[in-house]
Amino acid sequence: MQTFDLADKGLRALNSTLQGQGQNTNETAWEVVNAKGSHAIAVGLDAPIEVTVRGSTGYYCGGMNKQATITVDGSAGPGTGENMMSGKIVIEGDASQYLGATAHGGLIVVKGNAASRCGISMKGVNIVVQGNIGHMSGFMAQSGNVVVCGDAGDALGDSCYEARFFVRGTVKSLGADCEKKEMRPEHIEFLKEILAEAGVDAKPEEFTRYGSARNLYNFDVDNAGDY
Amino acid sequence: MCGIVGLFLKDKSLEPRLGEMLTEMLITMTDRGPDSAGIAVYGDTREGHAKLTVQSATPEVDFDNLGKDLSSTIDADLSVRVIDTHAVIDLPEAKMAEARAALKSLRPDTRVMSAGEVIEIYKEVGLPEDVARRFDIPKLTGTHGIGHTRMATESAVTTLGAHPFSTGADQCLVHNGSLSNHNSLRRKLAREGVTVETLNDTEVAAAYLTWKMQNGSTLGEALESGLDDLDGFYTFVVGTKDGFGVVRDPIACKPAVMAETDQYVAFGSEYRALVSLPGIEDARVWEPEPATVYFWNH
Repeated sequence: MQTFDLADKGLRALNSTLQGQGQNTNETAWEVVNAKGSHAIAVGLDAPIEVTVRGSTGYYCGGMNKQATITVDGSAGPGTGENMMSGKIVIEGDASQYLGATAHGGLIVVKGNAASRCGISMKGVNIVVQGNIGHMSGFMAQSGNVVVCGDAGDALGDSCYEARFFVRGTVKSLGADCEKKEMRPEHIEFLKEILAEAGVDAKPEEFTRYGSARNLYNFDVDNAGDY
Repeated sequence: MCGIVGLFLKDKSLEPRLGEMLTEMLITMTDRGPDSAGIAVYGDTREGHAKLTVQSATPEVDFDNLGKDLSSTIDADLSVRVIDTHAVIDLPEAKMAEARAALKSLRPDTRVMSAGEVIEIYKEVGLPEDVARRFDIPKLTGTHGIGHTRMATESAVTTLGAHPFSTGADQCLVHNGSLSNHNSLRRKLAREGVTVETLNDTEVAAAYLTWKMQNGSTLGEALESGLDDLDGFYTFVVGTKDGFGVVRDPIACKPAVMAETDQYVAFGSEYRALVSLPGIEDARVWEPEPATVYFWNH
């Protein structure tokens, strides 16, 4: 385990060190101490390494991540995992707004709650939240899945495309063109796998699926009020 | 952007350190807004006394003999403490309205920063670190306080455009965001006889709250009606005589983090602002909900 003191060496040194790890690096386990809410911790990584950040993080932790597994041993600030391509981010506490925005792949797990705009414009990432998610989550989400063990806030999935939302609790309101959908066997199977991968103990049968009603895909003057 | 910090002490033993803690929190937020900075501190109070904090661009002229001139005009015992561009006038509470009226003719170029039994507002153009040093903020003691560091977006970088804004006796407002209907609201308030001095959007919000409260609303009710009448992005923190309140617009894209322990309730635009507080590792940390008014009172 390599320990990196952010207070001592600074952010640029941290990110260039982590970004410099190759595919076959022997230094696969990293611990970052003195995070103190700093921004852009462990961004742009592209190696199968494990990074554990002690304390809470600021904006954009794990942004653009490929391959790496990043654990935040605290809460995470706005835009965590933004545009992630692959790999995994685990947040032990809560996540702030726009978690996983535009992210293309990989898995993000939140042990607490996620705030507003969770998964906004996501393009293939899977997000599993053990608590609740805030308003406008999944706004314009294009692909991927948001799995919520608690409740969802207002306007879930507004103007979404083909992303899927699985909510175990209540949904305060659905956004424009988002609707409740039937749970088919493949959805139960998917939930079983993703919940196991996320290490979350919940029954797939308890979730409800939501997704696009596909009425806003093409312009129709009768829908003008919904845009 | 803009950065906001707030600290409400539950543990009296921390009161001597209020200014020092708020200063450290505010300096951490410098990169959210380096244009100007301000702080409102709720300090000591004396029975029957009130404090009037005024600012002048030419303090050496305006504050010269200010105490003597004001004292003889309003026939009251008072003391004046000059700190850089600000002067805190300690006077009998009953003489406050008279003093404010007298100041307008005696020193027309001074501006009232705050008025009330306990509040003192200090604000200037410059970095939080420099503003805090000029006004010796770390030495201030008190029960609670609010700080703001500004990144100007829609009006000039001036002392009067800096936050906090006074909204009434012992009340103030700081803002992160921008209001889109402040011009129409400014005209509406003008028709109601409420004057706004600058082109700043937050000053309009402050004047709106003052006007609502003059018409019988409590601060909480004024903030609730603001959710309907103020269009735009905002995280507001308001200071009151015995505490502070927080409200975010329904979209809530302007950040806000709160932390609470047995010793304090703290507000920061980012978690970074809170990391130096005692016991933060074990504090309850959360984000305030959108369109919800929160208050903490002594």
